Amino acid sequence: MADQEFDPNSVRKSIDVNAAQDVAWKVFTGKMGAWWPLAYYKIGKANAIDAIIEPEVGGRWYELGDDGSTCQWGSVLVWEPYSRLVVSWDINADWQYDAGLKTEVELRFIALGNDRTHVELEHRKLDRYGSRRDEMRRIYDTEGDWGKFLEAFARVAEA
Amino acid sequence: MPIATRVDRVFDALGDPTRRAVFRRLRKGNRSVREIAEGMNVSRPAVSQHLKVLKGAGLIAVRIDGARHLYGVDPSAIEVLRNWLDGFWDGTLTAFKAAAEEEQKKMER
Repeated sequence: MADQEFDPNSVRKSIDVNAAQDVAWKVFTGKMGAWWPLAYYKIGKANAIDAIIEPEVGGRWYELGDDGSTCQWGSVLVWEPYSRLVVSWDINADWQYDAGLKTEVELRFIALGNDRTHVELEHRKLDRYGSRRDEMRRIYDTEGDWGKFLEAFARVAEA
Repeated sequence: MPIATRVDRVFDALGDPTRRAVFRRLRKGNRSVREIAEGMNVSRPAVSQHLKVLKGAGLIAVRIDGARHLYGVDPSAIEVLRNWLDGFWDGTLTAFKAAAEEEQKKMER
């Protein structure tokens, strides 16, 4: 999952998955609630129990809370099973839904044989975060700050 | 809570030596305030205060057993730290990979 060349307005990731292209697509788009880190990558007040992408252009991408509430994250812009998905990601820098934000997340599912798929992700148009672009890019790319972590870990280990 | 906020709270909570000692006492299972305070040079109200901060950081969870409040480590705190190290999309894609591979295996069975 190494970064490619640096683009301040875009984050690119890729990963190889030992699953067929259609399986990878179906798990990503249809079973998101089973793997998305809902414990902390969510915006609603309720505990999130599912993440849903409505399977059509214009469909909503949203989280479902345990109280039945929904919080939208974005919308489907391109729906091309089993190879290409583009969704808007309309979560602003304060982790609130903002329909006008329209950063974009593109997924490409490239078959590497019968049971292996190369998945590419690009999160782009980060310039729409304005003055908070760099802060948000850092979160989406790698939020991890090894120095801070190791320092804190050392303190805990020494206690 | 955004992960960055939660991680900050974790580090802030563990920045205090007494609080770290309280946290470490919960590693081996759930304990009551009295059990935590035993053998420590800290009063029970002070322990309660530390537990409140640790709970606010999502590091510990409370289980109520009759009249007793038992405190234990919240396993999701470890997951939060791991994901924070991975970053947003790396962590998310890694989780997706595991789920897709599990689904593939299920179909092959």
